[in-house]
Amino acid sequence: MIAYTIRRLLMLIPVLVGMSIVTFAIIHFIPGNPARIILGDQATATAIANLEEQLGLNRPFYVQYFSYVFDLLKGDLGTSLRTNRAISTEIWPHLAATIELTMFAMIFAIIVGVNAGIISAWKQNSWFDYLSMIIALIGVSMPIFWLGLMQQWIFAQELGWLPAFGRGNPRDPVETTTHLYIIDSIINGRTDQLWTSFKHLVLPGIALGTIPMAIIARMTRSSMLEVLRSDYIRTIEAKGSRPLSVIYRHGFKNAVIPVLTVVGLQTGTLLGGAILTETIFSWPGIGRYVYEAIGTRDYPVIQSGILVIAFMFVIINLIVDLLYSYIDPRIKY
Amino acid sequence: MKKPVLEVNHLKTHFFTDRGEIPAVDDVSFYINEGEVLGIVGESGCGKSVTSLSVMGLVPNPPGKIVGGEILFRQLSGNNNEEDLVKVSKKRMRQIRGNQIAMIFQEPMTSLDPLFTIGFQIIEVIKNHQRISKKAARTKAIDLIKLVGIPRAEEIVDEYPHQLSGGMRQRVMIAIAMACDPEVLIADEPTTALDVTIQAQILELMKKLNREKGTAIMMITHDLGVVAEMCDRVVVMYAGKVVEEGDVRTILKSPQHPYTQGLIRSLPKMHERESRLYSIPGNVPKPGSITEGCRFAARCDQVFDRCYKEDPELLTLNEGHTCRCFLYQKEGEALHV
Ligand SMILES: Nc1ncnc2c1ncn2[C@@H]1O[C@H](COP(=O)(O)OP(=O)(O)OP(=O)(O)O)[C@@H](O)[C@H]1O
Ligand SMILES: [Mg+2]
Repeated sequence: MIAYTIRRLLMLIPVLVGMSIVTFAIIHFIPGNPARIILGDQATATAIANLEEQLGLNRPFYVQYFSYVFDLLKGDLGTSLRTNRAISTEIWPHLAATIELTMFAMIFAIIVGVNAGIISAWKQNSWFDYLSMIIALIGVSMPIFWLGLMQQWIFAQELGWLPAFGRGNPRDPVETTTHLYIIDSIINGRTDQLWTSFKHLVLPGIALGTIPMAIIARMTRSSMLEVLRSDYIRTIEAKGSRPLSVIYRHGFKNAVIPVLTVVGLQTGTLLGGAILTETIFSWPGIGRYVYEAIGTRDYPVIQSGILVIAFMFVIINLIVDLLYSYIDPRIKY
Repeated sequence: MKKPVLEVNHLKTHFFTDRGEIPAVDDVSFYINEGEVLGIVGESGCGKSVTSLSVMGLVPNPPGKIVGGEILFRQLSGNNNEEDLVKVSKKRMRQIRGNQIAMIFQEPMTSLDPLFTIGFQIIEVIKNHQRISKKAARTKAIDLIKLVGIPRAEEIVDEYPHQLSGGMRQRVMIAIAMACDPEVLIADEPTTALDVTIQAQILELMKKLNREKGTAIMMITHDLGVVAEMCDRVVVMYAGKVVEEGDVRTILKSPQHPYTQGLIRSLPKMHERESRLYSIPGNVPKPGSITEGCRFAARCDQVFDRCYKEDPELLTLNEGHTCRCFLYQKEGEALHV
C-alpha cells in the first residue's frame, strides 16, 4: 500500500510536467505577438515592449519555460495584468469558494445518489425503483440554470427560506483564514455565521449536485444489480447475515469501484468551476474568475486558472486511484 | 433407529418468468436421517440446485417462489422441535442458515467475497450466530482452517481469496459451513469445478467431517462415482421430480427406473472395454414443457402407450426403495406412498 502510494506519486511527475508545458504554451503559442494581442490594437510600441519585458517574452523559449516552472515550484503564479496583484494570493479565495461548493454538492449527490441507487437495486422493479430512476433521468437531462432559477424563485423569493445569492451576509463578513467559510466560522467560533454560510450553500449546492446525483444513482444501481446476483452474495446470505450487512458491507463495497470513478470525474468537473451556476447564484468561484480574465484578456490569470483546475483534476484522480487499491486487494500495479 | 433431521414433502418451487410459470421443482419429497449422507443425482437442469436453495430459503425471489409443500427441520441435538422452513419468519430462517443448516456451492472460484480476508469471512458466520470475542473468533477461524486441511493457517487467515487456488477456496467454504457445527450440510456439486485429485481430497474431507462430527450431508451431484464413494442413500431426480429413491447399494446394483438404469449404464467401467460410452439419448426437457404423461417417456427405452397418457406416481417397491414408473404398477392400481 505505501509502496504503491509512492509509486503513484512518482507517476504524477510526468503528468505535472505535461501540464506545465500545456499551460506555458497558452501564452506563447498565441498566434502573432502575444503582447499585442493582450493589449489590443491601439497599444503603443513602448507598452508592448514593456509587457514583453514583464512577461519575459523577449527571452529564449527554453529560458522562459524553465523560469515559468521554477516560479511555479516556488508557488508564484505570476501577476494579474488587470489588478497587478500576485495571482497566487488572488486566486485562492475563488478556488476556496469553488471547493466549498463542490464539497457540498458532492456530499449531497453521494448521499442521495448512492442510497437511491442501492435501494433501487435491492428493490428492483418496485415503485421506489421506478420513481427514483425517473427522477434520475430527469436529473441528468435537466438544464441546471433552469433548476437554479426555479429554486431561487421558490425557496428564496416565494418561501424566503434560503438565501439566493453569495456566500454570506456582506454586512457581517466572515473573518477569513482558509476562505472556506464553513471552516473559518468554526475556527472563529461563530455558529451564527456557520449557519448562514451553510444556508448559502444549499441552493447552489443542490443545483450543482443534481446531475452528479443522478449519474451516481444510476451507476450505483446498475453496479449493485450485478453484484447482488453474484455467487459470493449468495454465500453471505447462506451464512445467515442480515440484509443490511449483505447489501451495504458486502454488496456496496463490491459495487463501489465504478461509482467511485464517476464521483471522481464529477468532482473534477465541478472543481473546474461552473460558470452558469456561479453566475446565477453570484458565487465568487474559480469559474467566474477565469471567465472574467478571458473577458479582459488577462492571459496570466487564464493560464494560472487552467493550471489550478487541471491540478485539482490530477489530485482527485490520485485520491480515487488510491481508494481503489485500498478497497480492492486485487488492484496492485 | 435413525430419525430424519430434514424432511422435504411435496416441495414445489416455481419460477415466474416472462415465458410463464416454470415448475423447476415439482413435487419433490425426500428425507435425510441424522448423520447420514444423502445423494441427490440427476442431469443438469433437473432442479437439484433449486431444491437445495429452497431448503436454505435462498431461491431468488423474484422470479422464484416456493408454491407448495413443506420442509421440516428437526433440531435433534436441541429440543427436538420441528419447524417448517417454508413457513418460518425471515429472522428465524437467518438464525438457521449458516448455523444449523449450512451450504457450499458449485463455484469455489466466485463463492467468496474478493474484498474480505479469509479470516473475516469465517469469523463473520461465527459472529452471526454466537457471541464471541474478537480474539476467540480469530483463534476459532484458524482452527477451522486447520480442520479443513489448509497449511499455514496463521497466514491464510489474513489472505484474500484471490491468493488461494480453487481447491483451497472450496476448503475455506467448507470451513465457513462447518464453523457453527451445523446439523445438515448441503453440498451442491462441491467438486464439479475442481480437478480430479483435488476432488478426491475434498470428498475425503467431507467424509471425515461426516464421520467425526456426525453432520448429515445432502450431497448434490451428477456424478455416480461420487455417490458410490460418499452416500448412504440416493434420490434420483428427473425434470423436477424424484423418480427413484433407495439405499446406495440398491440403486447402484439393481436400479429399477429406466432413467437410473441409463445413468448407471453411462458410467465408464473399469474392466470392460466398451467401444463407445453409453449416454441416454436426448436431453432433459425444459421444466414445464411436458404437460402430459411421464416426463422421461420421450427418452425411455422401455416406453409404452400408457407412459404418454398418464403421469406415474411414486411406488414403494421394497422397504426404503421407491420408483416412479408404470413398469412396476399394474393398470388401475394406484399405490400411494
Ligand atoms: N433464476 C431462475 N429463473 C428462471 N428459471 C430458473 C432460475 N433458476 C433455475 N431455473 C430453472 O430451474 C431449472 C432447474 O435448475 P437447477 O439449477 O436446479 O438445475 P440443476 O439440477 O442444479 O442443474 P446443474 O447440474 O446444471 O446445476 C432450470 O432448468 C431452469 O429452467
Ligand atoms: Mg446446480
